[in-house]
Amino acid sequence: MGLYMVKKLILSIPLLFVISFLTFILINLSPMDPAEVVLRAQEVPQITEELIAQTREALGLNKPFLNQYTDWLLACLQLDFGDSYVTGESVWSLIGPAFLNTLKLTLVSSAAIIVLSIVLGVNCALREGTLVDQSIRGMSFLLTALPSYWLASIMIWYFSVKLDLLPTSGMESYASYILPVTVISVGYIGIYFRNVRSSMLNQLNEDYVLYGRASGLSEKKITLHILRNSLQVAVSIFCMSIPIILGSTVVIENVFAWPGLGRLSVKSILSRDFPIIQAYVLILAVAFVLFNTVSDIINAALNPKLRKEF
Amino acid sequence: MNMLEVRHLKVWDQKSHNVIIHNSSFQLKAGQCLAIVGESGSGKSVTCRSLMRLNKPGIQQSGEIVFKGEYLNQLSDKEMRKRRGRNIGMILQNGMRAFDPSSVVGVHCKETLREHFGWSKSEIEEKMTKAMERVLLKHPMELLNKYPYQLSGGMLQRLMIALALVLSPDIIIADEPTTALDTISQFEVVEQLMGLRESTGCSMLFVSHDLGVVQKIADEVLVMRHGEIVESGTTQAVFSEAQHPYTRYLVSTRRELGANFNMMMQEDNMC
Ligand SMILES: Nc1ncnc2c1ncn2[C@@H]1O[C@H](COP(=O)(O)OP(=O)(O)OP(=O)(O)O)[C@@H](O)[C@H]1O
Ligand SMILES: [Mg+2]
Repeated sequence: MGLYMVKKLILSIPLLFVISFLTFILINLSPMDPAEVVLRAQEVPQITEELIAQTREALGLNKPFLNQYTDWLLACLQLDFGDSYVTGESVWSLIGPAFLNTLKLTLVSSAAIIVLSIVLGVNCALREGTLVDQSIRGMSFLLTALPSYWLASIMIWYFSVKLDLLPTSGMESYASYILPVTVISVGYIGIYFRNVRSSMLNQLNEDYVLYGRASGLSEKKITLHILRNSLQVAVSIFCMSIPIILGSTVVIENVFAWPGLGRLSVKSILSRDFPIIQAYVLILAVAFVLFNTVSDIINAALNPKLRKEF
Repeated sequence: MNMLEVRHLKVWDQKSHNVIIHNSSFQLKAGQCLAIVGESGSGKSVTCRSLMRLNKPGIQQSGEIVFKGEYLNQLSDKEMRKRRGRNIGMILQNGMRAFDPSSVVGVHCKETLREHFGWSKSEIEEKMTKAMERVLLKHPMELLNKYPYQLSGGMLQRLMIALALVLSPDIIIADEPTTALDTISQFEVVEQLMGLRESTGCSMLFVSHDLGVVQKIADEVLVMRHGEIVESGTTQAVFSEAQHPYTRYLVSTRRELGANFNMMMQEDNMC
């Protein structure tokens, strides 16, 4: 198992290199000279050839391409993503706290998604075809179909404005989490609990369930075995959904004025603040690779056959 | 004395109102082996599951199941669960699928024995080791720490028998325990099942396609077809003077197929 983990982690390294390289050339795809972009972003009144040349020198843009890349990569590894074109502050000082805020929102939402999907999925599977099962499935269908910005507005109107129970925006207290987390989770729960439910139902027909029951094991014990076997598919999806949520909080963060990556990235895109966009893309890409690897490792822990093949 | 008596067992599918077992009545005498034979889909497995009240959801049953004078069909779920494994045990056809694929096989044994006897880990290990050696499974402790896919079908079958040895139930229901195995493993498993009967004195309900094995192991035979018992009697009577044409057909076709197995058994008897 330990060996498997090490192998998986090592295998992800080349992928990370490719990603970082693609992120780096992103900036060179821009039709404008980066030096010019910087100068414009800083609202320099008169952009002369001389000024551009100076800036190019300062940004290291005259060095050979590969050197630029390695310099940039080494800096990134030390969390030095350069300075914002607009404010001149270091990118990390802007993106670090924003990333942390988004990560908090993502992790709380993921936890809610995982717990509720499993609870609902297991209960529906054990009560297949009953009123409970049918009504939960019906309701989830409805909730999944709602667009998140609409749900967000309705919830703000009802819980914050009408009942005055929850804060409308920002992240001042734990209560601030409730609305955004609900809006993010609802759609995912609607999908994943069905996933858990159907794989549980498949497992219920397996012989080991019959043998367990015929041996007099308690339903609780048997359910745990079933759950463990049905989680394999769900785990991959859960793990993959974490970076997806991380990247898709843009709408929610803007609705709830959550000081996170989503808001920062929109702002940076509008002002062409390339270093921030670059760091944003890099962080998300790395998160994808890492969570993918983590899901492989968890699956291997759940399924002994997977482990053997390595 | 009857260990188990089944009266007017009827099993049907609630949704389609399709009747699977029409009206089965039979007895399993103490210490005896009753075989159920019949073509695929005739309702053998459903009969076995009904006795333990383990039909799939949506499958309904009625009729009386009397175990040692106790009406199993009237027991609460909790009481019924206590009988399963401890009083009535089951051995399944496909060992590979009978154990949770993502746990080592020892987990099932441990959980079962803990449920019924509340034994400690070392007690369980000691009893399992002894029983596994009895069914000729070598290196018991290593084996218990393997996953099902790491073992062969025959080994898993013998592990189920070993667990039954420890549980020592009054009745063993073996639903085609040898069908999924090659001839050599079949032979070993049948030997062990006979050993199990000898050492625990249990009664056995033995479902099989293989009339050769049935002839060797069973005292009495039920022949099922389309959810009905078409013939029953002592093994000898059924095999030599079958009344129902279906039984005669079964006996004549299966005699040839069972020849292999009989040869091995005879060789074994000679040694
Ligand atoms: N879950 C179920 N729902 C509906 N019908 C079922 C179900 N399980 C079994 N049946 C029906 O019951 C009949 C008997 O099935 P059963 O599994 O008992 O046959 P069998 O005699 O054990 O056959 P085999 O030799 O193939 O194991 C089949 O015709 C099948 O259609
Ligand atoms: Mg069957």
